[in-house]
Amino acid sequence: MSGWIKVCALAEIAPQGSRVVASSQGHIAIFRTAGDGIFGLHDKCPHKGGPLSQGIVHGDTVTCPLHGFKIGLKDGEAVAPDKGCARRFEVKLDGGAVWLQLDA
Amino acid sequence: MRKQKLVVVGNGMAGIRAVEELLKLAPDLYDITVFGAEPHGNYNRILLSPVLAGEMTIQDIILNPLQWYADNDIGLYTGKTVTKIDRTARKVIADDGTEEEYDRLLLATGSTPFILPIPGNDLPGVISYRDIKDTNEMIATAATHKHAVVIGGGLLGLEAANGLRLRGMDVTVVHLMPWLMERQLDKTAADMLKTSLEARGLKFLLEKQTEALIQGESGRVAALRFKPAPGEDPGNGLEIPADLVVMAAGIRPNTALAESAKIYCNRGIVVNDTMQTYDPRIYAVGECVAHRGIAYGLVAPLFEQAKVCANHLANFGIARYTGSVLSTKLKVTGIDLFSAGNFMGGEGTDEIVLNDPSGGVYKKLVVKNDTLVGAVLYGDTADGAWYFQLVKDGQNIHEIRDHLMFGQNHVGDVGHAGKTLAATMADDAQVCGCNGVCKGDIVKAIKSQGLFTLDDVRKHTKASSSCGSCTGLVEQILASTVGGAYTPADTRDKPMCGCTDHAHGVVRQTIRERHLITIPDAMSYMEWKTPNGCPSCRPALNYYLISTWPGEAKDDPQSRFINERAHANIQKDGTYSVIPRMWGGLTTPAELRTIADVAEKYEVPTVKMTGGARIDLLGIKKEDLPKVWADLGAAGMVSGHAYGKSIRTVKTCVGAEHCRFGTQRSMAMGVKLERMLFGMWSPHKVKLAVSGCPRNCAEAGIKDIGVIGVDAGYELYVAGNGGIKTEVAQFLCKVKSDEEVMEYSGAFLQLYREEGFYLERTCHYVARVGLDHVKAAVVDDPLRRKDLLERLLFALQDYADPWQAAVAQPALRREYQVIEIKEAEVVS
Repeated sequence: MSGWIKVCALAEIAPQGSRVVASSQGHIAIFRTAGDGIFGLHDKCPHKGGPLSQGIVHGDTVTCPLHGFKIGLKDGEAVAPDKGCARRFEVKLDGGAVWLQLDA
Repeated sequence: MRKQKLVVVGNGMAGIRAVEELLKLAPDLYDITVFGAEPHGNYNRILLSPVLAGEMTIQDIILNPLQWYADNDIGLYTGKTVTKIDRTARKVIADDGTEEEYDRLLLATGSTPFILPIPGNDLPGVISYRDIKDTNEMIATAATHKHAVVIGGGLLGLEAANGLRLRGMDVTVVHLMPWLMERQLDKTAADMLKTSLEARGLKFLLEKQTEALIQGESGRVAALRFKPAPGEDPGNGLEIPADLVVMAAGIRPNTALAESAKIYCNRGIVVNDTMQTYDPRIYAVGECVAHRGIAYGLVAPLFEQAKVCANHLANFGIARYTGSVLSTKLKVTGIDLFSAGNFMGGEGTDEIVLNDPSGGVYKKLVVKNDTLVGAVLYGDTADGAWYFQLVKDGQNIHEIRDHLMFGQNHVGDVGHAGKTLAATMADDAQVCGCNGVCKGDIVKAIKSQGLFTLDDVRKHTKASSSCGSCTGLVEQILASTVGGAYTPADTRDKPMCGCTDHAHGVVRQTIRERHLITIPDAMSYMEWKTPNGCPSCRPALNYYLISTWPGEAKDDPQSRFINERAHANIQKDGTYSVIPRMWGGLTTPAELRTIADVAEKYEVPTVKMTGGARIDLLGIKKEDLPKVWADLGAAGMVSGHAYGKSIRTVKTCVGAEHCRFGTQRSMAMGVKLERMLFGMWSPHKVKLAVSGCPRNCAEAGIKDIGVIGVDAGYELYVAGNGGIKTEVAQFLCKVKSDEEVMEYSGAFLQLYREEGFYLERTCHYVARVGLDHVKAAVVDDPLRRKDLLERLLFALQDYADPWQAAVAQPALRREYQVIEIKEAEVVS
């Protein structure tokens, strides 16, 4: 288990928006919900690989821009009846900054 | 606080639908207990016919398996019939003595088959056709006996007869009336149906009344005797062999329980518009109910009732059931038949009829005072859903009366090989060309998932969920699979999305009347059900706000689809395409040089001409977008908005500037229009074209606005479309000058901007409001026209190129930046 990496200030992500982080494990989408919840998912829709970071964030769900798959931000699971899962990454908010934890 | 207790008597489709609707609205309000007389979970009674026909199994038609009740903490008593309601003690008592107390009681006791009061009606082998038990008995008898007689030539009787025939029995249908399905069909359609069923081996005896059922030596029924016709000797009636008699001569609301509890009944348990009985604690839904004097036997109205009832059980108190217009589909595979509303006509009505007996097609439309009041379709039911919608909406059909018979062509032109009749399609025929969904996939999903609505099918199969051109086909498949349970989507008052109960029109109006200028304000005022909407309502709200209150409402990029947020078109691999504007399709060597330089510098993999006469640079990484725009901007080029619900292009022909035929300077006219409309957001994309003469090389006939130069000026056409379904633009008016072209075009577009629903193209908008409405505002009323134009120009003033804004403002540029992290510097 590796430690926490600072990503950016919370203010640098728009509410109901996202940013993309380039990592050794591929692009990671960091989402900020309307209520300032922060979530991290592999930036690849389980359906056809669409960049989830580019989707519309609503509640704690993001809708993939390519074909409208809805993915839960908390667990990366597609909302039924769609099936599939995007990999989750641990993120946290600390001191006004967003932190990301990469698996070893 | 103690939870209230809700007891539901009746474990069928209406009762359980009400429970499901209630759980959606108020999942924790009640402890729910359900009594069912049958030993099963709720199943789709409508699909008993396909089970009998051997096309499905009982397992396929279960809607709510027992686990569903457990998962939702619903107490379920199966195989128990409630026999008494103690309204004073507020409890129900079942036949085995089981008691349950209630705070609210829902009666959904359904109906009972009408059993003819004739001798022998209780013999073994005489059954009705109502539930799984009857179906199983029919299947078992078909394997051991030969002769079946079905009494009743209605919907249910014919489905039973067809199924028994498919299982190998010799089947005779006995019907009292002169033609089959007289409550759903006129004589012509019924005769065609009869011929077609006879070809399948069914026999019919019409205008025959059964006198008695006769017992055979085995003890079970063996024959059926008719009453002699008038004039014949009494006791000399015809007899036919019958090892199985199915009584399908109608149903009666099952009111026995309610009546025993002294709840007011009159041909059904009488309820008001909130589905409440005369006892305020007791509600009733389904076939047992009489609402405004009508007991409904088809399932679509029952679902509407269930929804209203749930609304009141959940203490929302706003829904009303006001009755249903009925439509019928016969579920006999291979026979396409549809009827709705008042199909018999009568005084004050006109009938529009198409009758082709050899071709097997018959259509009758009944029109009264320029509205469609009923329809019967046989052989080609492709437009059934559309006609049904027209009947329900009571829409004025004056303008379309002359081609009403030929249907809406609702089914698109492309993507499914020109097929329009779902019934004739093979299971492996593709229905949805966008998502590669075949007919068999859709049928399977409808059956196995218990789907009833177009939205359900879209969610589960993706069919019709992209371009929508196959919607008509999907609706037909849905209708023929679920039969009477199918209600076409309500286009007029349909809620915008699952986040609200309000339709687009109401939302637009409320935003204007209440002067709402932010999405959160709009959502809170209109009591949105979700905290911040969904990808379907947020972009719509954003558009309504900025188009209604330009300069006041602030655009919300997070409520725009990525293309409009990033000002470029996302592609399947996550890269973007960039299309700089070429005003009127004109460019210069310097612009072309710049585009070439950009393509090389950013290693653009594909450079392509678009259909809108400009150049598309495809495959650009999002991070590179601002750099590309900076280079293009340095040469004076701006965003082409090829990504927006906005003004796209103004296509032009060469025109009088060069062309030997040209009568007007179409290029200059096109450039002026495009410059005027730069930055115009609209409900959907808007494309214009200007041709310099009636040869119309700019293809103005399929554009949202088409301008065609003639010697004396210009002809203006509106509401054309060259996309999913080709729509020819309609003539609006003739004008004399370039200034008038700008004024009329601007006014029309502003009207569309103010009245159009989000994602409604001009062709759909004009079809909805009527061309006369548009002419009244834009052509006939000069003051209104000038006002409209003024409002458009006000909204467009100071619009700046979004590309250069993103280049210049660091906060906007962030959207395009990928965050690089230093993984070595981990804080542990």
